[in-house]
Amino acid sequence: MKVWTLHLGLIVVLFAAQFWLSPYHSTNLARIMVLAVFAMGYNLAFGYTGLLSLGHALFFAAGMYGAGLPAQLWGVTAGPALILGILAGGGMAAAVGLLALRTAGVSFMIVTLMFAQAGYLAILYFAAVTGGDEGFTLPAAARSIAGLDLSSDTPRFLAALTLFAVGLLVSLALVRSPFGRSMVAIRENEERSRMLGLNPFTVKLVALVLSGLYAGAAGAAYGILFGYAGASFATIQYSILPMLYVLLGGAGTILGPFLGAALMFALIEVASGVTSAYLFLVGAALVALVLFAPRGILGTIRERWAKWLP
Amino acid sequence: MASVIEMPLIRTRDLTLHFGGLRAVDGVDFTLGSGDIHALIGPNGAGKTTFVGLLAGRRMPQSGQIFLAGEDITRLPAHARVRKGIAYTFQITSIFPRLTVFDNVAIAVQTHGTKDLSTRTRAALARVGLDGLQAQEAQTLSYGHQRLLELAMGLALRPRVLILDEPTQGLAASEIEGFKSLVRSLVPEVTVLLIEHNMEVVMDIATRITVLNFGQVLATGTPAEIRASPAVQEAYLGA
Repeated sequence: MKVWTLHLGLIVVLFAAQFWLSPYHSTNLARIMVLAVFAMGYNLAFGYTGLLSLGHALFFAAGMYGAGLPAQLWGVTAGPALILGILAGGGMAAAVGLLALRTAGVSFMIVTLMFAQAGYLAILYFAAVTGGDEGFTLPAAARSIAGLDLSSDTPRFLAALTLFAVGLLVSLALVRSPFGRSMVAIRENEERSRMLGLNPFTVKLVALVLSGLYAGAAGAAYGILFGYAGASFATIQYSILPMLYVLLGGAGTILGPFLGAALMFALIEVASGVTSAYLFLVGAALVALVLFAPRGILGTIRERWAKWLP
Repeated sequence: MASVIEMPLIRTRDLTLHFGGLRAVDGVDFTLGSGDIHALIGPNGAGKTTFVGLLAGRRMPQSGQIFLAGEDITRLPAHARVRKGIAYTFQITSIFPRLTVFDNVAIAVQTHGTKDLSTRTRAALARVGLDGLQAQEAQTLSYGHQRLLELAMGLALRPRVLILDEPTQGLAASEIEGFKSLVRSLVPEVTVLLIEHNMEVVMDIATRITVLNFGQVLATGTPAEIRASPAVQEAYLGA
């Protein structure tokens, strides 16, 4: 009860936020919510299942191009484009997972990183279709859904909020389900889980595909809502970002990804106003985090005060 | 061929696993009768843990075969064997320390579906007397309780064979008494195969004993037969 109140409460607060935020800030909040969906997906793999991937940019980009290219080439509209993007993210995760999940730990990080780099280079190589470095802007048809123009503030905000709310509630239900328990079991002790009848490969593959579906949804939504797809979204930076969000907010907590995305976004916003070396400040904040709250903000809160936090 | 009624629950034929020059398991022919409490004894390094690891699928043998109720399971992965009814509990207590007692057992229970999950989980905990502690984090339990939790996880798998690797190690005398009566209460629905160093426990609860030495079967028989065997006396009990 407490749990559902907290999460539904957050969604209500976010809905209300559009009425008192300036258009600039509500656009930022929409961006944060989409990136939080990406981070929630990352959290399913990393936070709950223990899969430390360095390749999630690939799944994000798969979603972005999976939605953007059909829109660009064949005039697919926003709704179907979003679905195609989600499927592209999940499909890419399945393909990578089938190969990369033969490894674990550091090898898994390296293999996923290499897949993501290969994806990035493929986008550059097929520049004739993808626009390479420059990318492309999405046609207007791909940016409206049910007559609502997603390039204008309010519909965009509501679309981002809807995606975020669905992502949040699905991941809450998921981690509280028996499968969520299996994911955590694999993270905590894979060998023991195996001797309790779990097939670690299957559990990890399903978790990674779910993670990829989230990343794909976020990538597709980012392209559709902000109107641009480009190779920069496939770079290593976009594999690191969701990890940072999750670590900051708290790996293995439901609200951690959102909190981390929001704080990191705000931190970069503030720091870049102060100095052009804002990444230095971001780095310092992360070092402090690792030293003083290695479980992230919500992870620490859960450990000390609120055991009930999912 | 044995008749269906006499078919052993587990049978191995010429089971072998060498590590380099070390013959950890060396051509073992072994039979586990249904409903037995079968103890596996032998000096340190005799290959007991490696042998049960082969049965449970934690390791793959280099040669030989393993049959579960007549079915060849030699190449089945561990998790599939668990689902067929071979449960393994670890020598070094291996629970999920940061999860609750309830979740530890629920992970095992949901192997057989999620219907009535919490009822079945509580029943498994009640069987070992931990039902009052289900909300606690497992790492906060005493060592004796952690061993019981480990046992509850094994039982929650509804196994046909429960393999216990040194279950009484580190337990207090009073806890050992409780453990013995618990194991006795499991048979004949569950067949128990245990590795045990405490000879009093072995002689007290085992219905059959197999002695391993240097990866080979030295003797198999009832406790009385094993006690009387000169070979065993020489290699192990007399030492």
